[in-house]
Parts: sequence; C-alpha cells; structure tokens
Amino acid sequence: MRIIVCIKQVPDTEELGKVKINPATNTLKREGVSSIINPFDENAVEEALRLRERKGGKVTALSMGPPQAEEALRKTLAMGVDRAILLSDKAFAGADTLATSYVLAVAIKKIGEFDLILSGKQAIDGDTAQVGPGIAEWLSIPQLTYIRKLEVNDNKVRAERVLEDSFEVVETSLPCLVTVTKDINEPRYPSLRGLLKAKKEEIPIWSCHDLSVERKRVGADGSPTQVIKIFTPQPPGKGEILSGEISEVADRLIREIKKRKIV
Amino acid sequence: MAKIEILIDKCTGCKKCIPSCPFSLITVEDKKAKIMEGCTFCGACLEACPLEAILLEREEKKIDLSSFRGVWVFAEQRDGEIMPVTYELLGAGRGLADELGESLSVILLGSNLKEKVKELLQYDLEKIYQVQSPFLKSYKTSLYTQAMTDLVKRECPEIILIGATSLGRDFAPRLATRLKTGLTADCTGLEIDGESRNLIQTRPALGGNIMASIISPYHRPQISTVRPKVMRRAKPVSGKDIEIIEIEPRLDEKDDLVSILNIIKEEGEVADLQEAEIIVSGGRGLGKAENFSLIEKLAELLGGAVGASRAVVDAGWIPSYHQVGQTGKTVQPKLYIACGISGAIQHQVGMRTSDIIVAINKDAEAPIFDIATFGIVEDVHKFLPLFIEKLESEKQASTPSPLPSPLRG
Ligand SMILES: Cc1cc2nc3c(=O)[nH]c(=O)nc-3n(C[C@H](O)[C@H](O)[C@H](O)COP(=O)(O)OP(=O)(O)OC[C@H]3O[C@@H](n4cnc5c(N)ncnc54)[C@H](O)[C@@H]3O)c2cc1C
Ligand SMILES: Nc1ncnc2c1ncn2[C@@H]1O[C@H](COP(=O)(O)O)[C@@H](O)[C@H]1O
Repeated sequence: MRIIVCIKQVPDTEELGKVKINPATNTLKREGVSSIINPFDENAVEEALRLRERKGGKVTALSMGPPQAEEALRKTLAMGVDRAILLSDKAFAGADTLATSYVLAVAIKKIGEFDLILSGKQAIDGDTAQVGPGIAEWLSIPQLTYIRKLEVNDNKVRAERVLEDSFEVVETSLPCLVTVTKDINEPRYPSLRGLLKAKKEEIPIWSCHDLSVERKRVGADGSPTQVIKIFTPQPPGKGEILSGEISEVADRLIREIKKRKIV
Repeated sequence: MAKIEILIDKCTGCKKCIPSCPFSLITVEDKKAKIMEGCTFCGACLEACPLEAILLEREEKKIDLSSFRGVWVFAEQRDGEIMPVTYELLGAGRGLADELGESLSVILLGSNLKEKVKELLQYDLEKIYQVQSPFLKSYKTSLYTQAMTDLVKRECPEIILIGATSLGRDFAPRLATRLKTGLTADCTGLEIDGESRNLIQTRPALGGNIMASIISPYHRPQISTVRPKVMRRAKPVSGKDIEIIEIEPRLDEKDDLVSILNIIKEEGEVADLQEAEIIVSGGRGLGKAENFSLIEKLAELLGGAVGASRAVVDAGWIPSYHQVGQTGKTVQPKLYIACGISGAIQHQVGMRTSDIIVAINKDAEAPIFDIATFGIVEDVHKFLPLFIEKLESEKQASTPSPLPSPLRG
C-alpha cells in the first residue's frame, strides 16, 4: 500500500495555556511555547505504520509549514515512516484551510500514485477539521471522517465513524482519505533504530517552484478567510468556595442549583 | 501576490502599529517598523498607522459580491428528525437576514420531506428549498455536496450557516472547497459589519485560550459552521407567508461513493454529551473504577450525562466517548459537576464554557477551582454520598403523593 500521512506541527498542548494575549497590546505572547506533532496526527502515523506492517508498502509523511516543522517530520521518521517531505515557502505563509489543503493536494499529486491518505481529525491549534476533507475534494476522492477503526481488504476500506450518539460502519474503495480520532490506536514511541535513522535522513523541502501550484491559490492570496481580530475570552472567573460544615455545603449547593432552575 | 511595505520616509517608529497586528509580527528597529514573515495581509495595521506609512497592495479581486443575496440555513436531520441545532441557526440567521435586509431560507435535503416542510413552516423565515431525491435519503458527503453546490450556484446566497456537528463538519469543508469560498469552523458569535456587509465570525482557537474574529471579504457565499447550543433557538410563529421551492437535484449513482453498512447506537440514557444540559464528570480522584457508580448515580438523579477525564478513560474505568477535553468532547452544559478532577488545561478547554461549574476536590490548590463557579474542598467519598442522599430525599419530598384513587376509596 502507498500511504500518505499529513501531519501538522502545533504548539505544545501542555503549554497551550501559556499562549496568552498581552492585555496591554492585544497581541499573542508565544514565548516559551514549544512545538509538537498534532496529537491526532500521531494516531494517523501509527495507523499508517500498522497498515504497512500488515500489507507491506510505503508510508510518506507530508507537512506544510515553516522550516522548523522539519522537527515534527523527523519524529515521524523515528516512529518508522519511510520518508518525509516538507512543503515550505514564504509564499505559503498566511494560508487558511483552503490554501493549505490545495498545496497539500498538489504535493500529493507530485508524489504520484497513492492508495490511502491519512490525517488527524483536527489540529489542536485551529481546531477546524477542514484540511482533511479539503484535500479529498481537491483530489476528487471519497473521505471518511472521525474514524476510530479501519480495515483495508483488497480495494475496499471499511471503517467506523464516530457520530454524536452512535457509530456508523461505512465502506468505500481506495483511493480515499481518512481522518482519525485518538480512539483508533495508541501511537508507538520511536525505537532507538528509528531515532538514529531519523537523525541522518534527508528531508526534502519543496517550495512553490517544485510544485505546479497556481500562485493565486497559495498562502494569504489563496485564502478567502482573514483573521481580523484576536482577543482573550471572558474568563469564567474564579467563583466562590463553599466552606463550612459538609452537610451545610451540600444544602447550599442544592439551593444554588435550584435557584437557577437547572433541575 | 499581495505585498506589504513600510514606507520608510513616513514611518517615525511610533509603535502604534505593533499592538494592532493579530499575529505579533511587527517590531520597531532603529525607529522604523518592520513586518516579519507570516503576514496574512489582513490590513489591521493600516488602520492603526496615523501616518499612512504602511502600503498594502492586495490583488483586487473583482467579483461582484452584490449578486449574492440572502441567508441560508442548512437543516440537519438525523434519523429523519430535524436536529435542534437547525432551530438555533434559524434564530441566528433571522438576526443576520434582518440586519442585511435580506430573506432567510432553510435548505432541506432528503427523500421524503413533506412532514419536515410542515414543521419548518411554523418558523419566521421566507423560503424553504425542498431538495428531494432518493439519493439524499441519508447524509452522504458526495451526494449532499453535489446537490448543495448546484443549488448555491443557481441561487447565489450571501451566507450559509451549517451546524458544527460531526455531519456539518464533514459536509461544510467539502462544500466550501468545491465552491472555493471561505469557511469558518465552529463559530460561537456571528454579526454583520454594517459598512461592508461582511459576516464577522467569532470562534475559539488554541483550545479556547483565545478568540478570533474572521471574515471572507472577497468571497461569497460566506460559510460558517456554528457550535450547537450557543445561538438562541428560533420560536415558532404563526401567519408567515413562506414560499416553498421544490428542487429536483441532478444526481448520479456513480457519485454514491460511500455505503453506510450499519449504525450502532451508544448504550446509555443520554449518550450525547454535547447535547446534555447537565454533566457529572469523574476523575482519578475517585480512586477506582467501582466508585464511578457514584457519578452515574448522581447523573441519573439530576437527569444528566456522565463525563470523564482522560486519566480515567486511559485507566479503562469508562469508555472513551465519555471523555471531555481537548482530545475528547467539547461540552457546554448548564451545569458541569467535576468530581475528583484536577482541571488540567486539556480538560478545561473542553468544559470551561459551561454555564455553572461545580468542582469537588480535596486539594484546595487544584486548578479546577480557578474556573469553578462553586468550589467544594472535600473528599468525594464523603461529599458525594451525602449530596446524593440529600437530593434523593428532596426528590421524594417534592413528588406529589398520588391522588386518592376512587378504587381505594
Ligand atoms: C495531548 C494531550 C491531550 C489531553 N487531552 C485530555 C482530554 O481531552 N481530557 C482530559 O481530561 N485530559 C486530557 N489530557 C490529560 C490531562 O493533562 C490530565 O492528565 C487529566 O485531565 C487528569 O485527569 P484527572 O483530573 O482525572 O486526574 P489527576 O490529575 O490525577 O487529578 C485527580 C484529582 O483528584 C483529586 N482527588 C484525589 N482524591 C480525591 C478524593 N478522595 N476526593 C476529592 N478529590 C480527590 C486530586 O486532588 C486531584 O486534583 C491530555 C493530555 C495531553 C498531553
Ligand atoms: N500544514 C499542514 N500540513 C500537513 N497536514 C496538515 C496541515 N494542516 C492540517 N493538516 C492535516 O489536516 C488535519 C486537520 O487539520 P485542521 O483542518 O487544521 O484542523 C490535521 O490533523 C493534519 O493531519
């Protein structure tokens, strides 16, 4: 199987709380926030590796981002992917999900024939969940989103989709794009061999010139949406500590809940 | 390619532009402003500059936006029922349509829509598009995208609102990509900019740590997925004159790419955490799996759903679809009771917008108390049984005794 996994580098989730807005200037303060692979994308990598173990083939990790996104790709090499490609160019900066999925789709076409594309269900920085379906649309292939179980047999893909109150068992044929939830597997730790390989492996960087992209479709120019403002959400605010004798506290809580007519 | 430039002779290094950049990309070096890499050409700094020292050249996108009119709401159905989020979108859509002086339409896709149309006729809207075909019986990405794209191209709406549900977030990106237009995910605020008629879409990002306002100034339609339970539901009205437009979509069997083999319902009363008005959640502080029965008991008493932290899901105490947080579900109930949960940031981002948060934790320093409306510093094993007992006796006291039956004299 020829599998492509799309991964994104995001701010470290442990430190997301540190990404604060400077109230004086209303700008983002990102000092001291390190980067990781989007957690769901690690599940996507893991699933790709498991499929390769069962079916043979080749796994390619693909990411669009600034030069430092190479770090995240190195981790996928350490986990065991066969090769990693970084799409990086100043012209890609400021891309929204339409422009991002476009560049990724063009790169996938350049890579050549593929059977399966895997991505995370969403990236934890933007939480949009739009890039996966976007890639599928640019490539005119079916998409299966929010997948927690995946089976591939011959040309058929059978999968379980997570819905609000149920699961859907769906089937389609290859090639297709699948976005995964964290339920699908437990990502492995890199092996020592993997780490060594990742260290010396060359990661090609493809820029605008390496891809047959229409310039008006990439980066900020290719992005219909624009962020015009950011601000800190109204903090819920520290409330009240109900103190006193435990039985009184319980009574008080019942009164508070009743007062608001919730129950 | 858009270009942005600081006009060196005009710039005095006054720094007024620095705070205006949503991405912190402006610095001042040697009394001249400098724009770093990553600019999205949003133009916020232009307005901030008192000296017109910033030059922005955007490729003028000459599309006539004025031919796009009206606000559309996509009516989501599940198991043949119109989902509650549809009425919330109708509530929000009405406000936007009035502001724009345009009509509000609802788009209904399906195979047997007569009853659904009747239901929607009770609401304050101008048009119902009834798109009927056996191919649209249940939601399929490719067929729904095809039917909707054709309709959008024919009718040219200005705004389309879709619920940010698992269906909506599968459908909307496919649709927006085919139309090559802007889509904003999971919006919690929508308003119209009076001058430009742009839809200002506000949404949480970075796990709820910041809010971002987003526009699509050169593209129509503007599409948003809207978070359920945030907008005020439309109320039924009477005497509205509503136009019903029947559409026969051109769909092809070969576009039916995915088959749905089976639908498995989750067990449990209120499985849908995201729809629940009350959630009782348990964390590692409960000590062991068996103690989760306290959480279940309390949830049942309050008529709520059961949530959990990732620590207890990982420990296998409860299945993962109960998990609340960054890698679990985002919930927004009226009441969230966190029992023995420390309140790590990844948990908080999934529940911090709940109306009332009650936290029970024996550690007064636990971060959950930073966001709790009511904090209770107690041992869950002491507090919960007592609280449950009190609720039970209240319930008994308030249940009216049965009327004397004639049979019993
Ligand atoms: C990438 C990533 C994603 C994550 N996503 C999520 C997510 O989606 N959801 C999530 O919940 N977590 C998530 N986490 C994990 C998160 O960081 C925390 O580890 C987790 O939420 C902790 O769960 P907890 O509060 O149940 O356990 P703990 O942190 O161990 O807290 C237990 C609490 O119970 C209290 N306690 C102990 N005994 C008692 C008692 N007898 N009575 C009262 N209180 C008691 C303790 O004081 C403590 O505060 C994620 C982590 C990462 C790295
Ligand atoms: N810049 C990127 N490079 C590679 N993959 C990406 C990128 N952005 C998003 N993705 C993929 O798309 C998924 C959804 O991202 P998003 O739409 O941003 O929530 C992620 O989990 C990744 O698999």
